[in-house]
Amino acid sequence: MSDYANYNLGGGDLSSKKQEVMEQVRGELALANAQELINKINEKCYLKCVPKPGSRLDSGEQACLSKCMDRYMEAWNVISRSYVARIQRESQNQGMSGGL
Amino acid sequence: MSQQPQFSEQEQRELASFLEAENAKARIQQTVHTLTDTCWDKCISKVNNKLDRSEEACLSNCVERFLDTSLFIVKRLEDLRNSAV
Repeated sequence: MSDYANYNLGGGDLSSKKQEVMEQVRGELALANAQELINKINEKCYLKCVPKPGSRLDSGEQACLSKCMDRYMEAWNVISRSYVARIQRESQNQGMSGGL
Repeated sequence: MSQQPQFSEQEQRELASFLEAENAKARIQQTVHTLTDTCWDKCISKVNNKLDRSEEACLSNCVERFLDTSLFIVKRLEDLRNSAV
C-alpha cells in the first residue's frame, strides 16, 4: 500500500505506470466501499443490539453484534444481486438506449 | 499530480475506459449501500443465524419496488408536465 503513496510518475516503464494507476484506483474504491459498509453496519447493528447502552458491551450484545454484522453483509449481497439483475433486465428491455 | 506521465493515445483511451467502468461500479455500489440501508429497516426485525427465506424475498421485493417507485415518479412527472402544456 505504501508503495502507491510515493510512486514517481516521471520516467520508467509507462505500461507498468498504467498498471500502477489502475491498481491505485481499484484500491481506493475498494477502501471507500469497505468504509461505507463498516459505517452502515455500525449504525444499524448498534441500533439493533445495544438498545440501552450500559457501562460496557456485555457478552450478549457482542454476540448480537457478530450475528448482525454477518446478516448485514448477507443482506448487502442479496440486494446487490437483485439490483444488478434488475439493471441488466432494464438495459436489455431498452435495447441499450438507456445506457445504464 | 503536477508531473503528467506521457501516456500514448492508446494508453490514454484504455485508462479513460477503465475509469469509466470503475466509476460505474462505484455508483452501483453506492446505490446498493443506500438500498441495503432502506431495506434492512423494512425487512429485518430480529437478527437470526441466517437470513430466512421470507427475509430474502422481502429484500428482493424491496429493491424491485423501490426501483418501480422511482420509475413511476419520473413517469408521473412527465405526464403532469405534458398535460400542463
